[in-house]
Amino acid sequence: MKPFDIPQNDYMYSGHVGCPGCGAAIAMKFALKALGEKTIIVMPACCWGVMSGSHPQTALKVPILHTAFASGAAAASGLRAALDMRGDTETTVMTWAGDGGTFDIGFQALSGAVERNEDFIYACYDNEAYMNTGVQRSSATPAGARTTTTPGKDWKRTRKKNIVEALAAHRITYAATASIAFPEDMILKFKKAKSLKGGSRFIHIFASCPTGWRMPSEMSVKIARLAVRTNLFPLYEVEEGVRYTLNYTGDRPVKDYLKLQGRFAHLTDQDMDAIQKMVDEDWKQLQKKI
Amino acid sequence: MKKVLEGSHAVSEAVKLARVRVVSAYPITPQTHIVEAISEACAEGSLDARFICVESEHSAMAAAIGASSGGVRTFTATSSQGLAYMHELLHWASGARLPIVMAEVNRALAPGWNIWMDQTDSLAQRDTGWIQLYCEDGQEVLDTTLMAFRLAEEVNLPVMVVLDAFFLSHTWEPVDVPDRESADRFLPAFFPRVVVDTANPCNMGQMSPPGVYMEMRHSVQMAMQMAGECLNETEDAFYRVFNRKYGRIEQHLCEDAEIVLVAAGTAVGVCREVVSGLREEGEKVGLLKIRLFRPFPSKIVSEVLKRARKVAVIDRNCSFGVGGIFAQEIKAALFNSDHRPGVYSYIAGLGGRDITPDTVREIYRITRNTEKPEPESVWIGLRPDE
Repeated sequence: MKPFDIPQNDYMYSGHVGCPGCGAAIAMKFALKALGEKTIIVMPACCWGVMSGSHPQTALKVPILHTAFASGAAAASGLRAALDMRGDTETTVMTWAGDGGTFDIGFQALSGAVERNEDFIYACYDNEAYMNTGVQRSSATPAGARTTTTPGKDWKRTRKKNIVEALAAHRITYAATASIAFPEDMILKFKKAKSLKGGSRFIHIFASCPTGWRMPSEMSVKIARLAVRTNLFPLYEVEEGVRYTLNYTGDRPVKDYLKLQGRFAHLTDQDMDAIQKMVDEDWKQLQKKI
Repeated sequence: MKKVLEGSHAVSEAVKLARVRVVSAYPITPQTHIVEAISEACAEGSLDARFICVESEHSAMAAAIGASSGGVRTFTATSSQGLAYMHELLHWASGARLPIVMAEVNRALAPGWNIWMDQTDSLAQRDTGWIQLYCEDGQEVLDTTLMAFRLAEEVNLPVMVVLDAFFLSHTWEPVDVPDRESADRFLPAFFPRVVVDTANPCNMGQMSPPGVYMEMRHSVQMAMQMAGECLNETEDAFYRVFNRKYGRIEQHLCEDAEIVLVAAGTAVGVCREVVSGLREEGEKVGLLKIRLFRPFPSKIVSEVLKRARKVAVIDRNCSFGVGGIFAQEIKAALFNSDHRPGVYSYIAGLGGRDITPDTVREIYRITRNTEKPEPESVWIGLRPDE
């Protein structure tokens, strides 16, 4: 990727009530730099629902329409329809949801909207659990992690749901992964998503959570970078559900990533080997599609 | 122009006349004929609207909320399980003060599966902040739907137009369908008071802590308190164009009545016939039709009923543990009245069981012959134990 200037305009105010080191705050900053001021955010319940500010404040310079937990994609469908009927085809409608609102409770509405090929961007900032309610497991929680509902010896054994593949199976116009540790890549993907207006576009953002992952706040970006460098969270794009582009190839063992986080502190070498095996398998599956 | 229309299509015709811009809906019997006709109108171009075929009722209301927030006239329709599934978003629509109009076809809730007439579905949503209007016949369905948009946009509250499953939704009747010009005269284009707009970025529906939440709730209550009067104004405007009006309630032969029957929906029609018959037999009986259920027109209801000796409320619904829901409202309305007639609560016609003239006569007979109301609702027409 050629280096380029990150847009100087900021659509986030300096104040928000996210935790120190919040990956979701970084993600929003970059997403809006790419999308610009003609953007309306539809926001189901999620950390950002709180972070965006209590009445009468706002943390953003673009409008936010909050909506019920399961309804991010459906409310965006209605808003898009209204804008179209009013002749405003320029404004970008973006649903901005956490992993719970995307992988779990909002998945039906998302699947429905993508099947209808609604003209909108759906961005999921994934912090791999219900962080806003105090770190309960979601279907985006990775194997090996402890959360408040997968505690002690009952740490999560099952894999993380592969949301991008699920959406690729819908033959979605554009789906991509992005990471807060790779801002140029993320901004390019949001710009590309914006330019592919006309169909549904999905961006899955890896957004680290120092609070829930039990790590120091200054590690947020480093951890996000390691997730990509260990191939645990590969950066790639899928167009029309079939044309894959890989943006990065990792070079580090997954234990380098796991060992830095409290949520994985209980894992034995054997457990970490098993997770490495899962990552290798997934990586191999992905490479077959490139 | 007079047309023979199905009750469902009386709704669809009104939606077309209202120049609705976004419709989102999910199929459920017996509502489907309403949205099928609307989607046909969108497809053939007689209605310039976006029809969103969502994947659930939860999404139907969420999409309606999104569209209405985007500043266009918005409609949806549902029934029974679908309405129950929407519940969360019904609160959202009223809390966000969105003038969405929804047709709701009264149908029983499962189990067991039952697609027939029952009011419990809509009445169970009575605390969601939706204005509720109950219709008696096809003409009233069309007129009420058209009125609903004007009322909703005046008070910034959503309106539910309620019609009986099959007895109304699937019954064909002659209906006077207004012409385009008259409809436009009654219902002008929609100019939203608040809209999501990139030129004026707001944080809508955000966190609202204890310091502000209560005032927001109070504003919904204030709007509800205004809605009854606004319905009167809406009806006056409607009357000026179409020469028809219905009122929040309708009193029929109540002035000198010793016993007043109370009903809503198509059961009112049956009651009318029975009351006429009983009057001919010399009985001093009247009929009170409840059209507006939310906000409940307590004042005029108590004004009408305080002259009576006994009131017989026919509920096609049941709030388990209490009984008929209309009866509860009537009792509450009368409580602070100087004269309180005995309120006799009857449950009849659940899950599509017919309310026949004989049913109503039986209710009248029991009411007349019983000195004091039973403490619990009396169920009419239960099959004897086999």
